[in-house]
Amino acid sequence: MTDRAGASASRSRAATAGGPGAAGGRPPPLLEFQDVRISYFPRSGEVTVIPELSFALGQGEALGLVGESGCGKSTVALSIMRYLGRTGRVVKGRILFEGQNLAAMDEATIRRLRGRRIAMVYQDPMASLNPVMTVGRQLMEVPMLHEGLGAAAARERALRMLAEVNLAEPAGVLRRYPHQLSGGQQQRIVIAMALIAEPALLIMDEPTTGLDVTVEAAVLDLVRELRRRHNSAILYISHNLGTVARVCDRVGVMYGGELVEEGPIRHVFANPRHPYTRGLLDCLPTLGRDKRGAPLTPIPGQVGSLRIRPIGCGFATRCVHVDQGRCLAGPVALADIPGDPQHHVRCVRARELPPWARREATAGAPNGAAARPPTLVVDRLRKVYRPRKGWLGVRRGSVRALNEVDLEATKARTLAIVGESGSGKSTLARVLSGLETATGGRVHLGDTEVGAVSIDRRPGALRRKLQMVFQNPDSTLNPSHTVGYSIGRALRRLRHLSREATRREVAHLLEVVKLPPELAGRKPHQLSGGQKQRVAIARALAGNPEVMVADEPVSALDVSVQAAIVNLLSELQASREATLVFISHDLAVVRYLADHVAVMYLGKVVEFGPVEAVFSLPHHPYTEALLSAVPVPDPDGQRPRILLEGGLPGAAARPRGCPFSSRCPRRVGPICDDAPPPEQRLPGGHRIACHIAPDDLLRLQAADLPASP
Amino acid sequence: MARFCLKHLLALTITLAVVSFLVFALNEFSPGDVARKILGAYATQEQVAHLTQEMGLDRPVIVRYVEYLGKVAAGDLGFSTRFKVPVREIIWDRLRNTLVLAAIAFALIVPVSMVLGVLAGMREGSWLDRAILVFSTVSASVPEFAMGVFLASIFVVGLGWLPGTATLVAGGGWSVASQFVLPVAVIVLYDAGYVVSMIRASMVEVMQRPYIRTAVLKGMAFRWVVLGHALRNAMINPVTVICLQISYLISGVVVVETVFAYPGFGRMMLEAALFKDIALIEAGALVAVGVAISTQILGDLAYMLLDPRIRA
Amino acid sequence: MTPPLVDSATVQPVALPRARVAPLGLRALGRGLLRVTESRAATIGLVIVLLWVLAALLAPVLSPYPPNANDFGAVASPTPSRAHWLGTDHLGRDILARILWGARTVLTVAPLAVLGATLLGALVGLSAGYYRGWVDLVLSRAGDIILTFPVIILYMIVLAAFGSSAGNIIAVLTLTKAPIIARIVRGLTLELREREYVAAAKMRGESGLYIMVAEILPNARGPLLVDMCLRMGYTIVLIGVLGFLGIGLPPPDPDWGGMVKDTYGMMSVWPHMSLYPCAAISSLVIGFNLLAVGLREIALRD
Repeated sequence: MTDRAGASASRSRAATAGGPGAAGGRPPPLLEFQDVRISYFPRSGEVTVIPELSFALGQGEALGLVGESGCGKSTVALSIMRYLGRTGRVVKGRILFEGQNLAAMDEATIRRLRGRRIAMVYQDPMASLNPVMTVGRQLMEVPMLHEGLGAAAARERALRMLAEVNLAEPAGVLRRYPHQLSGGQQQRIVIAMALIAEPALLIMDEPTTGLDVTVEAAVLDLVRELRRRHNSAILYISHNLGTVARVCDRVGVMYGGELVEEGPIRHVFANPRHPYTRGLLDCLPTLGRDKRGAPLTPIPGQVGSLRIRPIGCGFATRCVHVDQGRCLAGPVALADIPGDPQHHVRCVRARELPPWARREATAGAPNGAAARPPTLVVDRLRKVYRPRKGWLGVRRGSVRALNEVDLEATKARTLAIVGESGSGKSTLARVLSGLETATGGRVHLGDTEVGAVSIDRRPGALRRKLQMVFQNPDSTLNPSHTVGYSIGRALRRLRHLSREATRREVAHLLEVVKLPPELAGRKPHQLSGGQKQRVAIARALAGNPEVMVADEPVSALDVSVQAAIVNLLSELQASREATLVFISHDLAVVRYLADHVAVMYLGKVVEFGPVEAVFSLPHHPYTEALLSAVPVPDPDGQRPRILLEGGLPGAAARPRGCPFSSRCPRRVGPICDDAPPPEQRLPGGHRIACHIAPDDLLRLQAADLPASP
Repeated sequence: MARFCLKHLLALTITLAVVSFLVFALNEFSPGDVARKILGAYATQEQVAHLTQEMGLDRPVIVRYVEYLGKVAAGDLGFSTRFKVPVREIIWDRLRNTLVLAAIAFALIVPVSMVLGVLAGMREGSWLDRAILVFSTVSASVPEFAMGVFLASIFVVGLGWLPGTATLVAGGGWSVASQFVLPVAVIVLYDAGYVVSMIRASMVEVMQRPYIRTAVLKGMAFRWVVLGHALRNAMINPVTVICLQISYLISGVVVVETVFAYPGFGRMMLEAALFKDIALIEAGALVAVGVAISTQILGDLAYMLLDPRIRA
Repeated sequence: MTPPLVDSATVQPVALPRARVAPLGLRALGRGLLRVTESRAATIGLVIVLLWVLAALLAPVLSPYPPNANDFGAVASPTPSRAHWLGTDHLGRDILARILWGARTVLTVAPLAVLGATLLGALVGLSAGYYRGWVDLVLSRAGDIILTFPVIILYMIVLAAFGSSAGNIIAVLTLTKAPIIARIVRGLTLELREREYVAAAKMRGESGLYIMVAEILPNARGPLLVDMCLRMGYTIVLIGVLGFLGIGLPPPDPDWGGMVKDTYGMMSVWPHMSLYPCAAISSLVIGFNLLAVGLREIALRD
């Protein structure tokens, strides 16, 4: 199934890369994987997740492992902790930590390492904290367990640690339960819990996935700072190349359980040698790219099954540079790159590949939008949620999800709506689509007012005009219905087609979204995430809509799949002259896909304008902070200049004036809290809602620049 | 807290009112009217008519219901035609007997099922889990009367170790204490089987949660992970069910009481129902529903104490 | 806020054995049975249940005597013999014959009651969960009131008042079990109605009825099936209990609970008269409960 020859080759490599006894008196690595193979043994036999893995991590070093879902990166993390579940096992090789083999250690010994010498930070902080225990007790447990500290001493330590992770009012936080904290605060608690015992190795498994960008930026900044202070080695696992670039010294790219490329982060990002690494970087939208300047190149195909592995390169089936004869002939070893001794790649054609250049900063000419008529106009739209009356008729607080939203979307153009959680962007989508109705204001679709008309009261012709693509590929299709039924039912309901015509049209629509027609007979569980999302797009197209509202349609997909879907949406929109309302939290995707963009914060549009204008010259302090927070997959990229403190204010504590005033770094005074900001218009249809004059904002930004490193 | 109490007291009153009215109405409208039920099948039509008038049974049901409520409030529960005594003279006696049985059983069920449920659920699929799962499934499957028959045939007929009846009168060489053994055993086996499987399911779910992984990877011993982190979370869902068992133990043990001739509340209700003893049925139903609602409130309260997320 | 009365594990919308997704047909049934064999508990349970179903179907053929025929010659020594494999009861009726015919009764009444409760409960639960608001309030409160009432006492009152017949028993069981199923379905519906495919159905203008029946219900069938098996077990116990208390199916037709009621007083002399029917009902309930445990195991494994 896997190679033997490659094993010895990589062992010698591991030795040169800093293994024990390496020349030059280098200290032995803190952690070393030696030809490790990890398998799971479910009822149906062996599934090898990691066929053979070798790498080393030095004292105080930060190594990033990146890869898409299913590449085995989390298995690597859990194998170090020896927490592979009942069915997982290290079948072969050694995992050395400070010279001891973790894989062969007895339970009591590994228990003394866990939490004390090796600690872990997890993806979902809310789920990782015990909901019925105060965070203080959960923190104090660690020193009490490992150092035999008394409760009072442990409490002292916990307090100090909380101050170190920049949590305000630590004593109060200690008494809270996890659900009383925000996501960012929860993750700080988990980080504090990991560092409280001063571990030699900190494993971080997707620590910022699921957090908002501004929160993510602050957490990453904290990690960098703590690393400097504590000198723990970090194994940082992520699917996001940008976050890895911000934290790590070295990076390993994983595919199908193997390390396909590994080296110092600057070398790998500046000069990727493996076709998969290049593919990842090419399909990743960045803030400088748009659809007209530098189209994304998706990686063809999808991640293969773990059960059937090719003898040679695992990536060969998706590789554009594949040479069948050599790539699949035999095992491919991780080899040094001539002239770059710290950089290794697992590709037989590595030396022959053409040089690679980063595609960026090639924004195309803006689309002249002014001439076109708007198809969708949102005018002072309001949506207020009132909690249902309690048992005794008590109403408590209402939430303004949308607060005087003004927008327009042009025909055959894409309007993107960006914002973090709580911004009201999804509520806007639901009001546009009629799944919810507005509390006030108007939505004009063509010349019909639809804001107050729920979907079941919209006449058929109107319903056809606006259709929706949803976020979650696993829930967008009914698992009980076939693909053909899902699309066909929409055709019959929206266009009243005959049975025969429906069948033909289903096949046609599948072709439009680039799926083979035989998929019509499949159930959703037989499809991949990307395929499901294509089917959902085909379903939305069934009525030939003039407006398509897409609510985070790619946020749950892997980057290589995401690129293909983004391109498909862009093509469809262009060829059908439809209006696309694209809702996303991902600024890079928005930059790539949109013509116009609206930035929302707490139910209010704070900045609106052509995408080039907003992204190159953001005026509103929130837009500025948001853009500076986006992690860039380039280790030399600027680190965020602006870090927002705190989280969203609770429903009751929202300021009466500007919604952003509680976190705004440019707040001018009480006027921000008390008076709603005026709308200020700039040339080219660009507008912001702020108390500060546009020119002053730019001047303030310029004044900040030298301060950044 | 005040809100909680107020809300539940209101629910209690409403439910009690609805249920008592339903029982009242059911007895009134079921085939054969009240007077006929009292006088029996051999009374003449005139006698029935006379009694109907005398009792004011020809007035609207709602009027009589309100009148009945007034009497209940004054402590007058009526006269039992079956036992030929005022209802209150028999009902509290029987209730006390059942409470004794229920209390002993409950005191055993809770710890036994917590221990077994947690042991089984902490390592899903282990041999211990399998064994406990099979045991609890089987013991919850055997109806109480069958369990009574099985146990009696072994310990009474076969071995002669225990008495076959529990009349609460010492006799035949058996002490009152020994009379409790079999009824309690039957109840515990049947009911604990159900509660064990519930706690096990909850425990299995909790053990898969990421916060358990967090605790293990802190370096904690498995035993402390289970006791310190899993136990309380695993009890959140079952706790209301456990409290509801109190209601079952008081009203539902009629089978066990029948098998062992135990003079309890359930058997009294059965006799009342079979002999159409209306006053006793109505009073008993009120008591049973009152107990049921109280245990529900107790369950909600326990749930709130265990789960900080729904407090505040 | 009130947590579910029912086992939390049944409430999760779990994917059901995939084979059950296919339209009903012999092949789908075959694949479904194949899935069942993945769990040993489910296999054993299914075998026990099928054996009893077979026994009930073939009772007229298998049964050595008519169920109500008295063999007065056997009354003096009713213990198992060559003529009466399981012996006779105190009236000389063959116990084997009565158990076989009793299976027929219980396996008719219980499935009808469970089916009725499931249909009614699913309808109520879907409506309450889908429409929410006052519909939910009214339906859920009504269900709560029924559930508050201690069942056995309710049965005693109702059956004593209206007389016990198979029809009455089915009706009472349906009415008292439906709220439990409604609660499960309501919980599932509240979750499933937020799925994006439901929003997609609304976007194409589907009616509430279509969404409930075609979009939501099929995805709730996993937990429902598990619950139906559990419910079968409980219902059989209840039918037995009613018989044992003397408010079950009217005599003389055989009813397992009734058989125990008539004879447990003679336990010290002739224990076999009550032991065999007790074993019969216990094994059937064990069968259904094992099947439920196994099905849940299979469903959670996906």
